[in-house]
Amino acid sequence: MNLDVNRIKQDFPVLQRVINGKSLVYLDSANTSQKPDSVISAMGDYYNNSNANVHRGSYQLANEATAILESARDKVAGFINANNRQEVIFVKNATEAINLVSNTWGRVNLNQGDVIVLTELEHHANIVPWHMLAKEKEIEIRWVKVGDDGHLDLSNFDTLIDGAKLLSFAAMSNVLGTFTPVKEMSERAHTAGAKVLIDASQYTPHSQTDVQELGADFLTFTGHKLLGPMGIGVLWGKEEILDAMPPFLGGGEMILNVTKEGFSTNDLPWKFEAGTPMVAEAAGLGAAIDYLNEIGMDKVRSHEISLMDYALTKLQNDFGDSITIYGPKDATERGGVLSFSFEGAHPHDIAQILDEDNICIRAGHHCAKPLMQVLGVGATSRASAYLYNDESDIDVLAEGLRKVRDIFNPN
Amino acid sequence: MAALDDLYKEIILDHYRSPRNQGELDHPAHRCEGFNPLCGDEVIVYVALNDGKIDDIKIGGQGCSISQASASMMTEIVKGKSIEEAELVIHAFKEMMDIYETELSGNKKIESTVSDIDLGDLEALQGVVKYPVRIKCATLAWNTLTQSIDEVTNTSL
Repeated sequence: MNLDVNRIKQDFPVLQRVINGKSLVYLDSANTSQKPDSVISAMGDYYNNSNANVHRGSYQLANEATAILESARDKVAGFINANNRQEVIFVKNATEAINLVSNTWGRVNLNQGDVIVLTELEHHANIVPWHMLAKEKEIEIRWVKVGDDGHLDLSNFDTLIDGAKLLSFAAMSNVLGTFTPVKEMSERAHTAGAKVLIDASQYTPHSQTDVQELGADFLTFTGHKLLGPMGIGVLWGKEEILDAMPPFLGGGEMILNVTKEGFSTNDLPWKFEAGTPMVAEAAGLGAAIDYLNEIGMDKVRSHEISLMDYALTKLQNDFGDSITIYGPKDATERGGVLSFSFEGAHPHDIAQILDEDNICIRAGHHCAKPLMQVLGVGATSRASAYLYNDESDIDVLAEGLRKVRDIFNPN
Repeated sequence: MAALDDLYKEIILDHYRSPRNQGELDHPAHRCEGFNPLCGDEVIVYVALNDGKIDDIKIGGQGCSISQASASMMTEIVKGKSIEEAELVIHAFKEMMDIYETELSGNKKIESTVSDIDLGDLEALQGVVKYPVRIKCATLAWNTLTQSIDEVTNTSL
């Protein structure tokens, strides 16, 4: 069964916008996704009807607010097949989730000379926190290389992981769209005695995420790429590991008791949720998960495969050697992300010209400068699709690229 | 397409396709890097100063048509000029980009002191002002040149 994209588009208010007489062609969902009505109204409902602080009040509104926050946690736990709800920590975004792990687990478990392994596919959120820790603790960072086909080169993986304490990597590249062999890498890392952090920021919106099946110790993602609001993300971790970690931020909510002499920490998950949490955002994330569950992540994924297949074929047929598409050529090996170089035009110029026709793409280094160096480019253009995009959006993109060619290579 | 035609004038595309004064200068020429974190553009300005004059200037790095064309035209206009003359050109270019020095009160100083400076081909970049994001592209090389001049002047004090 194919997705009824025309009907889905109706659920997204911003996609109804017409600017200068032209409909919006939104192809920047790897950056942030658009939000359906149900997410926006869940957030409004909370503020309109139930706004109160959570876990503190003894009146009905406060109970409702607490229930909204905690039921969102249950939805997330179900969505990623967590063993239990205590393993789901709400944070600001995936960046904060990785910083939480580097600052707590990392500080306690990594010492001078220890090794962590990253890949060349990582975006800055999964690089910089480790650079910061590496500088402080004098630890070594090893890098899994990316091959010419856009896949990780695992030929020397056992050597790289040998003696490492942690493997931290993206399940899907935000630049190349590549799905990495998460399960295999997790197993091999565990065999070598390393813990595994999976950055699922791109993966979770595109594919069924099952933390038990993937075999991670930590998994992070952000709500706003998943049809949810900005300002909420998730750190999932195995309960026994989270239990052994020191707290991250200190304050209210994360304590059981505080005296002039010290404090004791609250139980999971609240131990890592200091201060008043993002209740409206949790309501929005819960509604986003409901929306995706109703459609089915398997359908989201199969829609994306057929759309990417169409896009790869069309752009290659229309533009031949004038376009270089990065990453795997097989749509089944990638998510809905398509990075390319075109006609010697700089991505920033391409994005500007496409914007004239209301086509939204991202131009730049995509917060993955080390990968840009590997690709030998300063920047790429990136069109990224989601469940509300269809072949007509790709056709408009191709038309827009013809205008780029008319300006930069008119002959 | 009218607005785009205004942005992508032929002279800009010509400088983008065939940038002038591209390359490097050896030591003791001064080397200074500028970055635009938004799009990853990177410019390296090499200046050889002699007796307070820009004897030679070269540009390295990579970027979009606006940043590359602007850098290319900049090298043509400042080469052979004294530092003081170059600073006036920088000032005039920034005013064309709608960037004015700010008074302590936070108000813009809008009376130009450099309106009589002829910017030549650089006038073609005026269309950039309609695209605020691109002003950063157009001024990247200029800011890097300013930094370069500051660094040279400060170390020679």
